[in-house]
Amino acid sequence: MTTKSELKKLYNKGKKRKFLAIFSVFIALIITVLVSVSLGAASPGLAEAIRVIASRVLPFLHLDPGSSFDQTIIWTIRLPRIVLGIIAGAGLAAAGVTMQGVLRNPLVSSYVLGVSSAAGFGAALAIVLGVSILSFGGYLVIGNAFIFCLIAMVLVFSIARLRGMTSETVILAGVAVGFLFSALLSLIQYVSKSTQAVNAVVFWLMGGLYTATWESILICSPIVAVVMVIMVLQSWNINIMSMGEDVAISLGVNPRRVLTITMLLETIATASIISFTGIIGFVDLIAPHIARMLLGSDHRYLIPCSVGVGAFMLLTSDTVARLIIAPTELPVGVVTSLLGVPFFLYLLISKKRRSFG
Amino acid sequence: MKLTINKLSFNYAATPVLKDIELEVGLGEMLSIVGPNGSGKSTLLKCINRILKTKQNTVLIDGKDASKLNLKELSKLMGYVPQTSRSTFPFTVFDVVLMGRKPYIHWSLSERDNEIVAEMLDFLGIGKLAMRHYDELSGGEQQKVIIARALAQQPQILLLDEPTSSLDIKHQLEILCILKSLSKTNHCSIILAMHDLNLASRFSDRILMLKQGCIFAVGPPDAVLTEENIESVYGIKAHVTNSVLGRPQVTPLISDLNEVRNVKIQPEIETKQR
Repeated sequence: MTTKSELKKLYNKGKKRKFLAIFSVFIALIITVLVSVSLGAASPGLAEAIRVIASRVLPFLHLDPGSSFDQTIIWTIRLPRIVLGIIAGAGLAAAGVTMQGVLRNPLVSSYVLGVSSAAGFGAALAIVLGVSILSFGGYLVIGNAFIFCLIAMVLVFSIARLRGMTSETVILAGVAVGFLFSALLSLIQYVSKSTQAVNAVVFWLMGGLYTATWESILICSPIVAVVMVIMVLQSWNINIMSMGEDVAISLGVNPRRVLTITMLLETIATASIISFTGIIGFVDLIAPHIARMLLGSDHRYLIPCSVGVGAFMLLTSDTVARLIIAPTELPVGVVTSLLGVPFFLYLLISKKRRSFG
Repeated sequence: MKLTINKLSFNYAATPVLKDIELEVGLGEMLSIVGPNGSGKSTLLKCINRILKTKQNTVLIDGKDASKLNLKELSKLMGYVPQTSRSTFPFTVFDVVLMGRKPYIHWSLSERDNEIVAEMLDFLGIGKLAMRHYDELSGGEQQKVIIARALAQQPQILLLDEPTSSLDIKHQLEILCILKSLSKTNHCSIILAMHDLNLASRFSDRILMLKQGCIFAVGPPDAVLTEENIESVYGIKAHVTNSVLGRPQVTPLISDLNEVRNVKIQPEIETKQR
């Protein structure tokens, strides 16, 4: 018979392993940041990069910032892109992992729930017609993409509510709304007379981090940070949701409320990211699975780990995307899938334990 | 705790499932709900636990209306063990049982939460499975895990939906003995939906027999499990004897497919016109 103290020891050992997994992911992320900041089509390397960053981050030390060329390359080109990559990867992965957990479905992503198609339609509308529901300053396309994400969520939410707000109704309503917006998106591209505008739409839909500026980071990072904190606070509820709605109620958790809160958080995080970057898929679907393979399904650890994996995945892909055929670059979405799929399949086949579904 | 059910009715859309159920379950009592498929056993359990919502003042705990309690307060008083419980994503046995502590934790776990989980695993004899994955266990082991989870809630009323239906004879007896000892030593009131009449007979203090959503009979096993009652509820001729354990033992007298197919259950004549 296993005694109680042995049990607790076993449990604590498992906990340590989970912390170690999260720690390793973030170490990998930091290494990727260092690699990414020191590589590029232009010359500055790691030493220059560190000098520039240190002089900016710690201005009171009055360090020598290096040449103004280095400063421009590192501070206004490479670093914003890296930071946006981290925020986007982290936020998308957090959105993916919570929605998969709450809807009890390992195939859920922002594509399935209609958010991406809606963002695409919103952006296309703004690009082709030059009109937007909401345009703050120069952010015509971004504002419209964001608003349409919210419209999609409200639609999915209201349709699902009619049928009792269960995980099945949310997914089906999401699929329907997604198809609606992708049909409208195709229509806009089809009827547009301007080839230039259609090209711009296609380019936007592929997504990328090349538009990164400190300004965009300033707007989306607080949103993503707040959303992630609330998500982590929901961990227990999400864990319990995965045992079914009846069990959730009997354990004192209101499944509809958890579903509503998570949907809202997921949409806000995804919308505030893809409005700036264009549609970046795959990360939100796969990062949670990789994290689950590393440390299991307890969302208290799974959400932080997914966040790290997502950031690492997107940053690595973007670094490869801009280096592989420098000075031009590949769309980041293409690289994410080309790198991510083989890695994911390797994990899927080599791991003995079933991690989902 | 005393559970009182007062004129409880429930409809799925327009189909009435439960009609005017009246029942009292006392401290430490073990009550089995029996009846044919679709007679409303599971629905009654879900109504008691407010997974399905019923009118005010239909479920009373120690005289207090359960619909006035919020879900969290209720989950500290009542545990529910579903027929089967699957998890989409893999959790260890320890983590599944830990979920039973949810009503008591906000974010971080106390030493006490861990202690209670370890205690429950020990109590159900599944300590060795603690770090195994719930999904990889056999049906009997899974059943013990979800009972342990419900017990980790430290409930005073425990509801179980056919806890033995997918288990072999040893596991059936093991689980029912565990429940019996809970009701006797911890004074936990236990309500089970059961299909096996002989197991219900052997372990229950009282049996509630449902027919088409109404109470047909309620009382001690020898008063409820009679040949007449079984025939009018299930439509099956049965022989009821007294077992070596002094409880009624039901032997159905049908051994032929055509005989079973020809069974006709007399619909209840609606005497209670309102």
